[in-house]
Amino acid sequence: MPTTDVLMPQMGESITEGTVTKWLKKAGDRVGKDEPLFEISTDKVDAEIPSPVSGTLSTILVKEGQTVAVQAIVAQIEASASDAAAATAAPPPAAKAAAAPPAKPSAPASPRASSPAPQPVAAEAAGSSDEDDDKLRSSPLVRRLAKENNVNLAEVDGTGPGGRITKEDLLAHMERMKSSPSRRASAPAPAAPDTVPAAPAASSAGRAREEIVPMTPMRKKIAERMVFSKHTAAHVSTVFAVDLTKVVALSLKERSRFEQQEGVKLTYTPFFIRAIIDGIKRFPVLNASISGEEIIYKKDIHMGIAVALDWGLIVPVIAHADEKSFLGLARSIADLGERARSKRLSVSEVEGGTFTLTNPGVYGGLFATPIINPPQVGIIGVGGVKKTPVVVDDAIAIRSIVHLTLSYDHRLIDGAVADQFMASVRQYLEGWDEDLYV
Amino acid sequence: MGSYTTSTEVHALRVISEPLSSLGDRTCKVYRMGRVPYGEALKLQADLADRRKRNEIADSLVLLEHPPVVTLGRNARRENLLSSAEQLERDGIELVETNRGGDVTFHGPGQLVGYPIVDLGRIRKDVGWYLRTLEEVLIRSLQDIGLAASRQSGMTGVWIERGDAGPAKVAALGVHLSRWVTSHGFALNIDTDLRYYRHIVPCGISAYPVTSLRESLAGELDREALECSIVGHFGTLMGLSMTVGAGTQSTAKWLKTAAAIV
Repeated sequence: MPTTDVLMPQMGESITEGTVTKWLKKAGDRVGKDEPLFEISTDKVDAEIPSPVSGTLSTILVKEGQTVAVQAIVAQIEASASDAAAATAAPPPAAKAAAAPPAKPSAPASPRASSPAPQPVAAEAAGSSDEDDDKLRSSPLVRRLAKENNVNLAEVDGTGPGGRITKEDLLAHMERMKSSPSRRASAPAPAAPDTVPAAPAASSAGRAREEIVPMTPMRKKIAERMVFSKHTAAHVSTVFAVDLTKVVALSLKERSRFEQQEGVKLTYTPFFIRAIIDGIKRFPVLNASISGEEIIYKKDIHMGIAVALDWGLIVPVIAHADEKSFLGLARSIADLGERARSKRLSVSEVEGGTFTLTNPGVYGGLFATPIINPPQVGIIGVGGVKKTPVVVDDAIAIRSIVHLTLSYDHRLIDGAVADQFMASVRQYLEGWDEDLYV
Repeated sequence: MGSYTTSTEVHALRVISEPLSSLGDRTCKVYRMGRVPYGEALKLQADLADRRKRNEIADSLVLLEHPPVVTLGRNARRENLLSSAEQLERDGIELVETNRGGDVTFHGPGQLVGYPIVDLGRIRKDVGWYLRTLEEVLIRSLQDIGLAASRQSGMTGVWIERGDAGPAKVAALGVHLSRWVTSHGFALNIDTDLRYYRHIVPCGISAYPVTSLRESLAGELDREALECSIVGHFGTLMGLSMTVGAGTQSTAKWLKTAAAIV
């Protein structure tokens, strides 16, 4: 009997957990697909969650009143015999011509059946005589290759005339099997030909030591955003070495007093933000975005700060960063970072950023080329701060150097402007002249 | 200094500028019902939601008010109900347990209650977005009558800042979802008698009081104009074209203004 996990559903981008408020079925009850199974609540919203499958509710794992993360397993449903039969018996309606009353033709209509229809149907119709069928659909060379490599031709999608399997089809199929040998395990799809002992490739060479794990919603979102950005923005990165000696000295000197007096950790981040804000005011196009054929210049600066989490990445936003003092920024950064890690950010706090700061240098990386966070057009990555021998006034000196990378959208920003902006950021940092306690 | 305020306006603009599905001519019927007992309105909502789920009707927005009633949401904590059932009865207040999200709340005359029955599956499957958008509908509508309202971080609802007195809540939200079809919605205090609230800790928030538009606006309050604003902003922000549903209590003025929106 196949068991289906019932998950805490994802009710929205910002929703990370939900509370089970009521079970509408008891363990042991039968439940139909789409029949309301339990109720959950998140802030101000209650929702009835329907059962994903029909069967018997075998285990309730999360009790009423308990709060769990999105995608956590809350219960398990065992598909009953008839349900299972209905599910697995569906594929071969073609062959069963007269016997059964016209069962609901759910399988052929299934979107999973992406391969052109003819082959699976033919395979089923032929029943035991797979060989004969193969002859119809492949050349002797392909059949020999298949035999040598232990491939069942019934599983191979033919792209030749009439669904004929070409040598290329076979090779491509073998390649696919090599790269995803445990595909079968993760795909309970009723795609027809899985009944055949299909994965000799997996066992033969012993190479398939892999684990297949579904992406978390956050991972999916990150993946989607990153690719979207790379597809949309014309990324260029420019790297500046900045002499941070003055900032480092000041921060060493003030660190303990600052932390004692203000109760906030003194990091380099507010220094960088102040410098970036100054630069944006000189070159406002860095704070703009593109909308169709128009440029939107944002008058407020809302600074996104990438925060690495054990389970991914989030970019909380310091709203109106340009209206904050050094101290105010330090507090906001500490507060947002802390709440990001304890999952207590609200939606509005991760949206609306107009520029982003990220720090790929925490593990000593010299610099990185960050991906822009659309619809923004610029992002600065801070590399590691490192004591370095440099030439100052024709003498060699030891200075604290940091590499700052600006990735910018070349659709909107030209190289000259980007570099002038970066030069101004560098100048601001190198000549730091700001009171930390205001 | 320890906290900071978020720029609700800018954020909201972003939040709401992205209704996901590209909608064609999606209509939403507005029903303006006048004063309806809470239980009847529950039945109406259940009926509309069922028919919406079966895709027999378009989205709806029901606007009405209730006779005095205290409702307990699914997450209600009993300690937030300060009076006994008998005391409530003596004051002519009904007590109802309901399936919306949220804690304890009060509905009564002078309140504008909005129940959107919309399929979020076709708009945007995101309850956070939905709540923020409902707030935005009300914030913009209040702006239309010259009142600056805002959000308070972590406390769903629409708030009015009163200087040193701190924020007070003017509209409460609570939503129920079934297969992404919404019911319940918002309650905006226009000139509600706020003394009713002494029976409860509204939404379980004891630190901040509730308020009404009457408390903040000296001039004439035009409920119909406000309703029209809400309908207009609701349509814009949800990506729906609003039409007047049959059986609606329609004054000539309402129809005229509604026609202007549609």
